[in-house]
Amino acid sequence: MSRLAGYLGLLVGLGILLSGCDQEPMTNQPKFETYEAAPRWPDNQSARQPVAGTVPRDAPVELTVSDNLPMPLTRELLERGQAQFNVYCSPCHARTGYGNGMIVQRGFPAPPSFHTDRLRNAPLRHFYDVITDGYGVMYSYADRVPPQDRWAIAAYIQALQLSQYARLDDLTEEQRAQLDQDDPAAAGTATSAEEGHQ
Amino acid sequence: MPQIFPRRANSLVSMALWGGAFGVVILILVAITIGSSAHDTGVFTTPEQPVPFSHEHHVSGLGLDCQYCHTGVEKSDFAGLPPTYTCMTCHSQLWTNAEMLEPVRQSLKRDEPIEWVRVHDLPDFTYFSHRAHVNNGVGCESCHGRVDEMPITSQRKPLTMQWCLSCHRNPEPNLRPSDKITTMGYDPAKDGIPGHELLERYAIRKDNLTECVTCHR
Ligand code: HEC
Ligand code: HEC
Ligand code: HEC
Ligand code: HEC
Ligand code: HEC
Repeated sequence: MSRLAGYLGLLVGLGILLSGCDQEPMTNQPKFETYEAAPRWPDNQSARQPVAGTVPRDAPVELTVSDNLPMPLTRELLERGQAQFNVYCSPCHARTGYGNGMIVQRGFPAPPSFHTDRLRNAPLRHFYDVITDGYGVMYSYADRVPPQDRWAIAAYIQALQLSQYARLDDLTEEQRAQLDQDDPAAAGTATSAEEGHQ
Repeated sequence: MPQIFPRRANSLVSMALWGGAFGVVILILVAITIGSSAHDTGVFTTPEQPVPFSHEHHVSGLGLDCQYCHTGVEKSDFAGLPPTYTCMTCHSQLWTNAEMLEPVRQSLKRDEPIEWVRVHDLPDFTYFSHRAHVNNGVGCESCHGRVDEMPITSQRKPLTMQWCLSCHRNPEPNLRPSDKITTMGYDPAKDGIPGHELLERYAIRKDNLTECVTCHR
């Protein structure tokens, strides 16, 4: 009798242990998850490369062909540009745009500062094109930064340039009066731009 | 007819029955403990990678944002892993002779992807979306831990249903403002805007977050 109970106990115990086994077919189903390796497909990849030159059916054309900002210039656009600039560009160009970011400090060739006459006078489209196609040792960011964000970043770069090149005539009357009060000696000087500052 | 069982059989039977019942309880307890242990939930799983990529160097050392490499977090369910091209953005100029980076250069030359080994992997019968969390105030740190302190990437949270639900029932203490999503070492309780305010700002509706169909669809 005690033996019977022992066997029973063992059976119940085994049953409990079995119920803990992995249900492999359900946790790993015969389907491909994103980027899962697929033996016998080209490059072992389940993800297929689109045909070269493919564009999304719903991609607005004006974003890629426009010479000027194809959307309204809003505060949100500039904030989006700032966030994306800080993610993708600042490692080399630095958050200030002077071109001495962390990666440059670790030995990457230094990019030109945005605060030079050449780049201050460059059209907005130039920045869009450099992000899209790369420039010199800078790789293309087309796969990482979608067209809307490229425009947002370009617009933000121009704001960044302005921030380092404010002119006295850009100020309103009140602001100028305020400036005269704060620092009488500065009144009348033309600009506060620092050419070629590193 | 002679007695088959001696007198003490009575006590043996009751001992066996009680012992059996007790054993079952112990077994269940052991099973629960093993089931929720780090070993079984995969916490601290640290698979060997084809290139010993260090988040510690790239994130806290160089200040790179997670999105620089994991470009999908905002726009898709899948966070995305960086293609070789992303690594070569810097490593075409930096550490160009390092032995460690040979697989990366080979991958670019042969146009074959690097085969990273998955660290986190939910069962196929669950649905998870990065976009849904990252755009609604849940930071990477809440689910992946201090990635910026990992020389080799490992899993830090159990990723069990219980774990998902514990946040879905009460997400407020875990919410952050949208510019702090990728920040590491951020303490929502100390530095943040109060959770209920963020819950309103993101318009999060808690009622359907615990429904089965949210994660099993
Ligand atoms: C320089 C590029 C780069 C940056 C920046 C980066 N990662 Fe990664 N990440 C990778 C690579 C490559 C892998 C795959 C190799 C590995 O698992 O270590 C990875 C893997 C991961 C994984 C594990 C994925 C899996 O297999 O389950 C997580 C989680 C992760 N990263 C989170 C982050 C977070 C959070 C940040 C920001 C704090 C970040 N990463 C920043 C390149 C990067
Ligand atoms: C934004 C530039 C940048 C990107 C992108 C980048 N790295 Fe690095 N990486 C560096 C720098 C700079 C160092 C040198 C680290 C230092 O000086 O602390 C480095 C160092 C390394 C090292 C040497 C060991 C170490 O961790 O210090 C490895 C391996 C490495 N990177 C792998 C990768 C891989 C794989 C990728 C692609 C997922 C990648 N890197 C993407 C800039 C980058
Ligand atoms: C709510 C929890 C949560 C948050 C927040 C979160 N992750 Fe994840 N992450 C997961 C889970 C769960 C997986 C495993 C997904 C799977 O197996 O399908 C994962 C997987 C990944 C992977 C592997 C690729 C993939 O998508 O499966 C990477 C890379 C990653 N996360 C990076 C990040 C980064 C970077 C952030 C912040 C911007 C982040 N995660 C925020 C839970 C989270
Ligand atoms: C730290 C908190 C937290 C954790 C952990 C977490 N979530 Fe969430 N999750 C949220 C919040 C907050 C939302 C609400 C987003 C919204 O309002 O759309 C959400 C939304 C979701 C959604 C989208 C719901 C919808 O209606 O589209 C899914 C799916 C989901 N979570 C799955 C998971 C799974 C699976 C896990 C565990 C692997 C998990 N979550 C872990 C906080 C969390
Ligand atoms: C917030 C997301 C979420 C919700 C809501 C949720 N689940 Fe799950 N569920 C999960 C995850 C994640 C797993 C995988 C856990 C693991 O791998 O350990 C899981 C696993 C399971 C499993 C398999 C357990 C096993 O032994 O492998 C069952 C059954 C299940 N869920 C049923 C349900 C039911 C029924 C509901 C509704 C009452 C529900 N789930 C609601 C996320 C969720």
